[in-house]
Amino acid sequence: MKKIKCALIGSGNIGTDLIYKLKRSAVLEPVWMVGIDAASEGLARARDMGLKTTAEGVDGLLPHVRSDGIQIAFDATSAYVHAENSRKLNELGVMMVDLTPAAIGPLCVPPVNLRQHADKLEMNVNMISCAGQATIPIVHAVSRVQPVDYAEIVASLASKSIGPGTRANLDEFTYTTSDALVRVGGAKRGKALAIINPAEPPMIMRNTINCLTEGEPQQARIIDSVLSMIEEVQKYVPGYQLVNGPVFDGRRVSVFMKVAGLGDYLPTYAGNLDIMTAAACRTAEMFAEEILAGTIQLRATEAA
Amino acid sequence: MSTTRQEPDLRGRKVLLHDMCLRDGMHAKREQIPVEQMVKVATALDEAGVPLIQVTHGAGLGGNSLQHGFALASNEAYLSAVAPKMKQAKVSVLLIPGLGTMRELQSAYDCGARAVTVATHCTEADTSPQHIAYARKLGMDTTGFLMMAHLNDPVNLAQQGKLMESYGAMTVYVVDSAGYMLPGDVTARMKALRDALKPETEIGFHGHHNLGMGIANSLAAIEEGATRIDASVGGLGAGAGNTPTEVFVAVCDRMDITTGCDLFKLMDMTQEIIFPMMDHIVRVDRASLTLGYAGVYSTFLLHAERLGKKYGIPARDILVELGRKKMIGGQEDMIEDTALNLAKERGLLPTPKAA
Repeated sequence: MKKIKCALIGSGNIGTDLIYKLKRSAVLEPVWMVGIDAASEGLARARDMGLKTTAEGVDGLLPHVRSDGIQIAFDATSAYVHAENSRKLNELGVMMVDLTPAAIGPLCVPPVNLRQHADKLEMNVNMISCAGQATIPIVHAVSRVQPVDYAEIVASLASKSIGPGTRANLDEFTYTTSDALVRVGGAKRGKALAIINPAEPPMIMRNTINCLTEGEPQQARIIDSVLSMIEEVQKYVPGYQLVNGPVFDGRRVSVFMKVAGLGDYLPTYAGNLDIMTAAACRTAEMFAEEILAGTIQLRATEAA
Repeated sequence: MSTTRQEPDLRGRKVLLHDMCLRDGMHAKREQIPVEQMVKVATALDEAGVPLIQVTHGAGLGGNSLQHGFALASNEAYLSAVAPKMKQAKVSVLLIPGLGTMRELQSAYDCGARAVTVATHCTEADTSPQHIAYARKLGMDTTGFLMMAHLNDPVNLAQQGKLMESYGAMTVYVVDSAGYMLPGDVTARMKALRDALKPETEIGFHGHHNLGMGIANSLAAIEEGATRIDASVGGLGAGAGNTPTEVFVAVCDRMDITTGCDLFKLMDMTQEIIFPMMDHIVRVDRASLTLGYAGVYSTFLLHAERLGKKYGIPARDILVELGRKKMIGGQEDMIEDTALNLAKERGLLPTPKAA
């Protein structure tokens, strides 16, 4: 069966994990890995896994986009270079899945709003953050039952699973995730907290989701909604598990989750890496299925 | 023949005292200090010559949350009320990356804060570069603060301090968040830090009194070159409180260490203002001693007591389990999670609802 050819930009933890996910996909095929350091381990790994590589950034990829038939690119670099990467590739008709906190395109959490984005033929969708992918489905599960005045999430991440880019730009992670709790989760106000824990052996990613509902929480309906949402996420992240809750305390609804990864590139504790790459892969697959079915056609954007 | 242990000769050393009662003390007050009371306490500290006073939510900028509790007022309201009243003291704030952000730092600066403590867990200094750089750009007195420092060995801790220095930190602190360290632990870490950092970078120590070591540990730090010490008047702080400012100043006076603070004024304000403010006597008791003994983040104390009552689990059991699972500052959500798990194990809760 024909597959949609993909390029990966950024050869760190996320980019490398994506290679594994894309290789398993029925509709996606990883072809290029783009880095900026010819001596980097990430590029060497990508070459070992059969990808073409360039160390000249996105500019090194551009001449090959048409000849290699690249239609979807994943950007796992940083918020600061994403806009430029996206502009250059969109001009060649390549759709961007943005895994940086740049968030220049609409925010995407697959079980909440992926369908809408595919229908609108968005040329750039943003995956928010690992914490966003792990918590927004639950916030949405509550807000689709009754209005949520405030959503607050705490993501605890194993130190070994957090790369240098996220560490150096922690505020962008906080801003993007907080904003998405409102724009995608459906809460009126949102706040995201991140904790990086260095315990050995590394702790599995944990997420606590707190929602303050307007009026008394409708307990039975919220429990059903949360449990069915967890099943939706499990379709692409099997290690997405409920540990405790929903606990109700006045207007507060608390849900305690853990996310075990598939152990592709990093061990299973790095559920944060998996939920991000799995969501990005799921998103690209939806677009790819439509392209292959002929229902959508990616078009080059006008140069600005 | 018997020998008497000689006190280290610290005569003539100068130490800058940084009072914590209006920040760390917020934990002990469940964040419920009214603005007027903050002004009253800060004014008394200023009057007593304390040069640096920290004023924020217990968890710092961005701290108002379900996770850390909501204070009676915003950080901006506290800072705007306190800062203009200070005659000599500078007002500082706490910022923990992942919770507080540069936007909140700018806002605190606009409200009069002129010093900031940028705090990370003792192995995660590289989450602080943008905040430290931003504080320096604002011209703030900028400190890097390595929390739960007992969980990192001296050599690696010093490397973390070196990172903070490279981002622009003017002072680097060893922080005994769990009140777990003994003077030897402090000596080794301060010494490694002093050796690693540039001579112009100051070093400091922040203690908790959970094992009664606040004063002894601070002296050990000074002996290794610390020029800044965090303390809290009346010991008002998380766990068994911080190194009590008035006691520390009394000891410094006896040892001819210069603090510039007025001991009698501090004693008076402790007795007349701080003690009457306390909701519970902040001291070494069963739960706070457990923190120090098990190496658990001091702020977990009151949460563990509250949730322990809710689920019928002794606070000590929850704290020991949190220590065993290596939970760190900021993971207050894991206290309820742990209480729920223990309650399930002990048959105190129905097993989770199945779909």
